[in-house]
Amino acid sequence: MAATAAVRLQRRTVGIRRALAPIAEARGMARSLLWAGTGITLVFVLLAIFAPILSPYGFDQYQSGGRRFAQLAHPSHAHLFGTTVQSTDVLSRIVWGAQTELEVVGLALAFGLVVGVPLGLIAGYFGGPFDRGTVLFMDAMFAFPPLLLAIVIAFLLGGSVNSGVLVAAIAITITYIPQYFRVVRNHVISVREEPYVEAARALGAKPLTILRRYVFFNVVQNVPVIATLNAADAVLTLTALGFLGYGVQPTQGAEWGYDVSRAVSDAASGIWWTGLFPGIAIVLLVTGLTLLGEGLNETINPVLRRRTIRQVDFAAPSMDAGAELLEA
Amino acid sequence: MNQGSSLKRYAITRLALVVPMVFILLTLVFLLMRVAPGNPVSASLGGHAPPSVIKAISHQLGYDKPVYVQYGHYLGQIIRGNFGTTISDRRSVGSIILVNGAATLELTFFAMIVAVVVGMLIGLLSGRYRDSPLDAGGRLFGIVVYATPVFFLGLLAQLIFGVWLGWLPISDQASPITQALLQTHTNIFFLDAIIDRNWSALWDITQHLILPATTLGIVYGGVFIRLIRVNVIRTMKEDYIEAARARGIKERSVVYHHAFRNALVPVITVVGLQLALLLGGAILTETTFNWPGLGHELYIYLQNRDYAAVQGIVVVFALVVVAASIVIDFANAFIDPRVRY
Amino acid sequence: MTAILEVRDLRLWYGTARGSVRAVDRVSLEIDAGSVLGLVGESGCGKSTLGRGILGLLPEGARADGEVLYKGRNLVTMSPRELRRLRGPDLGLIFQEPMTRLNPLLRIEDHFRETIEQHDSKLTPKDVRRRSLDTLGRMGIPPTRFRQYPHEFSGGMRQRIMIALALVLRPSLLVADEPTTSLDVIVEAQILRILADLKENFDTALLLITHNLGIVAEACDRVAVMYAGQIAEEGPARDVFADPKHPYTRELLRSTISLDTKVLHSIPGAPPNLISPPSGCHFHPRCPDVMRVCPAHDPIETQPDPDRRVLCWLHGPEREIPDGGTAPLEREQIAVAEEA
Repeated sequence: MAATAAVRLQRRTVGIRRALAPIAEARGMARSLLWAGTGITLVFVLLAIFAPILSPYGFDQYQSGGRRFAQLAHPSHAHLFGTTVQSTDVLSRIVWGAQTELEVVGLALAFGLVVGVPLGLIAGYFGGPFDRGTVLFMDAMFAFPPLLLAIVIAFLLGGSVNSGVLVAAIAITITYIPQYFRVVRNHVISVREEPYVEAARALGAKPLTILRRYVFFNVVQNVPVIATLNAADAVLTLTALGFLGYGVQPTQGAEWGYDVSRAVSDAASGIWWTGLFPGIAIVLLVTGLTLLGEGLNETINPVLRRRTIRQVDFAAPSMDAGAELLEA
Repeated sequence: MNQGSSLKRYAITRLALVVPMVFILLTLVFLLMRVAPGNPVSASLGGHAPPSVIKAISHQLGYDKPVYVQYGHYLGQIIRGNFGTTISDRRSVGSIILVNGAATLELTFFAMIVAVVVGMLIGLLSGRYRDSPLDAGGRLFGIVVYATPVFFLGLLAQLIFGVWLGWLPISDQASPITQALLQTHTNIFFLDAIIDRNWSALWDITQHLILPATTLGIVYGGVFIRLIRVNVIRTMKEDYIEAARARGIKERSVVYHHAFRNALVPVITVVGLQLALLLGGAILTETTFNWPGLGHELYIYLQNRDYAAVQGIVVVFALVVVAASIVIDFANAFIDPRVRY
Repeated sequence: MTAILEVRDLRLWYGTARGSVRAVDRVSLEIDAGSVLGLVGESGCGKSTLGRGILGLLPEGARADGEVLYKGRNLVTMSPRELRRLRGPDLGLIFQEPMTRLNPLLRIEDHFRETIEQHDSKLTPKDVRRRSLDTLGRMGIPPTRFRQYPHEFSGGMRQRIMIALALVLRPSLLVADEPTTSLDVIVEAQILRILADLKENFDTALLLITHNLGIVAEACDRVAVMYAGQIAEEGPARDVFADPKHPYTRELLRSTISLDTKVLHSIPGAPPNLISPPSGCHFHPRCPDVMRVCPAHDPIETQPDPDRRVLCWLHGPEREIPDGGTAPLEREQIAVAEEA
C-alpha cells in the first residue's frame, strides 16, 4: 500500500518536474520576463502576508495617541505617502490593500478553476447536446462586457452578502468562467483526437480514466498561463469595481481602486499623492502578474518560443574518433 | 460558385446563429435582475416610500404579475424596440440610448482611432524588429499600458494636462455655454457643431474630447500592440513570405505588402471581440471624466438602485456587442476571400 | 558547354543550441546552361539547404563559406541587395508545397504584377499583363483565371502558377525543390513535362532536387547523389544509373520500387546526425562494403571515368590508403568506434 503511494507520488513529481522543465530551460527575453514577474509578484505577496508588521498604521486608522492625523497632508516623515481627506495614512492603505487584492484574486481564481475547468473537460470530451448548450450559454455570457457583468453581479449581491471580499470574488469569477471553459474545452477537443488517447480508448479504458489520466494532465498544462494572466485581469476588474464603489466596502478593508476614486476629486485641486500611490500599486501588481504570465506563455508555448542558437564556427575541430581504430 | 451567392448564404447562416444567442442573452439579463433579493420598486425609490405608493407603482409597472407573464411582456416589448422606463426618474430607456448613447459613441469612436494608431504603429514595428531594443520598449509599453487602469491614467492626465499645465478641461463633454447654445441634430456634439458650422463650439468640444478619448484609446491600444506583434511574427514565418523573397521581392515590400497586411486581418476580428472591453473601459472613463455617456448613466442608476434602468442599459450594451460581432464577421468575409467558402 | 553555375567547396552550416548542423559540407557542383542536373538523396541529407543556399535564402543563424559562382560572380560574398536583384530575373526557386506558397489575400494577377514590376519598372501595365498571361498560358492556366485568388486553384494548378511566377522573368537557372512530392501522379507527370521542356521553351537550366530516382532518370542530363551534406557521386544520369560507383548510389537504386520488384530492399540504419556526423566516410556505418580505412580517414574525390567523380575509398586513390586499409571492417568494430 505504502509502495503504491510512493510510486504515485513519484509519478506526480515527475509530472510536475516535466511541466516545470521549460521554465528552467527558458532563455533570453522569456527568462527575464519570468524573473521580473516573479520578483514583483513576490513583493506584493510578502506585503500582503506581513501587512500587520509592515504597515505603519491600520487601514482605517485616522488618529494615533488621541491626536487626529492632518487631512490631505503632504508626504512627510510621519506619513511617507501623505494622508487622505479622511486623515487615513496612504502608505498603510496600500500595504493593507495588497492583502485585499490577493485575497479576492486568489478566491476568484479558485472558484473559476473549480467551475470552469470541469465544465470544459466534460463538454469537450463528451460533446453532444450538453456541449452545444453550454457553448451557446457561455458565448452569450461572452457578449457582456466583462466589467459590466461584474458590476451587475456585485450590485445584485451587495444587498445580501455581507463580505465585500466574497461579493467581489464571485463577481469576478462569473466573468472568467466562460474563458476557462472555452480554453479547456477547445484544448480537450484537440487532445481527444490524439493518437495516444484513441489508443487508450481502443484498449478499452473507461471514459473517466481517459479523462483523468490522459486528457486532464495534458490540458492542465495550459492552466498556469491562463490563471496568471487572468489574475492580472482580475486585479484590474477588482479595482474597477472598487472605483465604482462596489465589492469591498471602505469599512471592510483597503482597496486601491476605491482610493483612486476618492482621489479624483482631490486632483482638481492639485493633490496628487492620494491617487498616484495607490494607482502605481495597481500598475505594479498587474505588471508583475502579466510578466509572469507572458514569461510562462513564451516558455511553454512552442510557437512563440525562440530557440537559442550557437554561432556557427567553421574552424571547429571535426570528429575523428575512428583514427585510433585503424592504428589498433 | 459565384461570389454574390456564397456571401449571401454566409450572411444567412451567420444571422441564424444570432437568434438563439440574443434570446439567451435577454433571458440572462431578466433572470439576473429577478433573482436579486428585495423589491426592486422599493429599492429604486430609496427604500423609504410608503407601502401604498410602492404597491401602486409596482402595479403600474407590472411587477405584481407572475414572473412568466413579466418575462413574456419584457421579451415582447424588446422585440418592439421598447427597452422600458426607469423607475427613479421615469425616463424612457430609449431616450437615454439616443442622448447618452450618442455621447458614448463620440467618445469610443475617437478612442478607437487613437487605439488603432497606437496599436498598429508599435505592434507592427515590435513584430518586425523582433528582440531589438525597439521591440523590448514596445512590449514594455504594451504591458504597462495594459496594467494601467483607465481611471488611473485618466487621473494622471487630469493632474498633468488639466491642473498643472492647464491646457485642457478635465471633465464634461463641453463647456456649459456650448451645451446651452448648441442645436441638437444627432446628439453627437462633434457632428452637431460641424452641421451648424459652429467652429468655436467645435473647438470647445474637441478640447473636452482629447483627454478622455486619448486615455481610453491608449489603454485599449495596449491590446492591439500584443496581438499585432504576435501576428507579425507568425506571418513572417509563412511559406509565402519565403516564396516572395525567392522571387526577389524587396524586403520592404515583403514586410509591408505581404506580412503586415496579412497580419492585420485577424486583428479586425479582435477589434469586434474587444468592443466589449472598450465599452467596459468607457464606463470607467465616463465616470472619471464626468462624461454624460451610457456608462456614466449606468453608474448613476446603479447608485439609485434603479433596476429597470440598469436592466435596459445592460440589454443595450449586450446587443451592441452582438451587433458589432456580426458587422465584423461580414467585414472579414469581404476582406479575406477564404472566409466566404 | 559553359557552366552557368559553379559551386566550389561550399559549406552551409546551421547554428543550433547543440552545435553546428553541417547541412552542406564542402560541396562542389557545376550546372551547364540549359541543362538539367538532378540532386538526389534521402530526406535530411542537405539537398534542400543546398538548393536554397544557392539563392542565399538561409534561415537565421546559418552561415555560408566557399564559392557559388553565377556567371563568374560569387553569390556567397555578394551584398544582400545585389543578390535580391538576381533572384527572379536570373535565379528562380520553386517549392515542394505549392498550397501555402501564394499569398492568400492577393490575386494571381497581383503576384505577377508585383514580381515583374519589382525587377523591370519600365514595362507598361499592358506589357506586364501580356507577359504574365503568356507565361501562364504555357503552363496551361487560362487567362480567365488571372484575377482569381489562390484558394480557387488545385494543388497542381498552384504549382504551375508558382512555376510560371518563377519563369515570367526568364531566369537562367531554376532550382526546383521536390516540386512534385505533394502532388498526385497524373499532376506530377504534367509538372515534369513542363520542367523537362524548360530548355526549349525558356532556355533555363534546372537544378531538380528530388528523392525520386525515377524522375531523375527521366528528366535529368546529369545527376548528383548527396549523402550527409556531401556529394557522394556525380556524373551523367545514364552512366550513374547503369553503373553506380558509390555503394550508397547502388543501394539507393536497389531500394527503388518498380513493377518487377519482388523483394523490397532498404538500406539498414538511418541517415546520420549532421551535428556530429560519423568519422571518415559519413556512409561507413551503413555501407555493405565498409573497409578499415573508411571510418579512419575522410575519403578523397576521384574520377573513375573522365566525366564522373565519386567520394569513396573503393576507388582510391590507392597511395592514400594505409597498409591493411582495404580489409573489410567487422560490424562490431564499428560499434566500438561509435562509442569511442
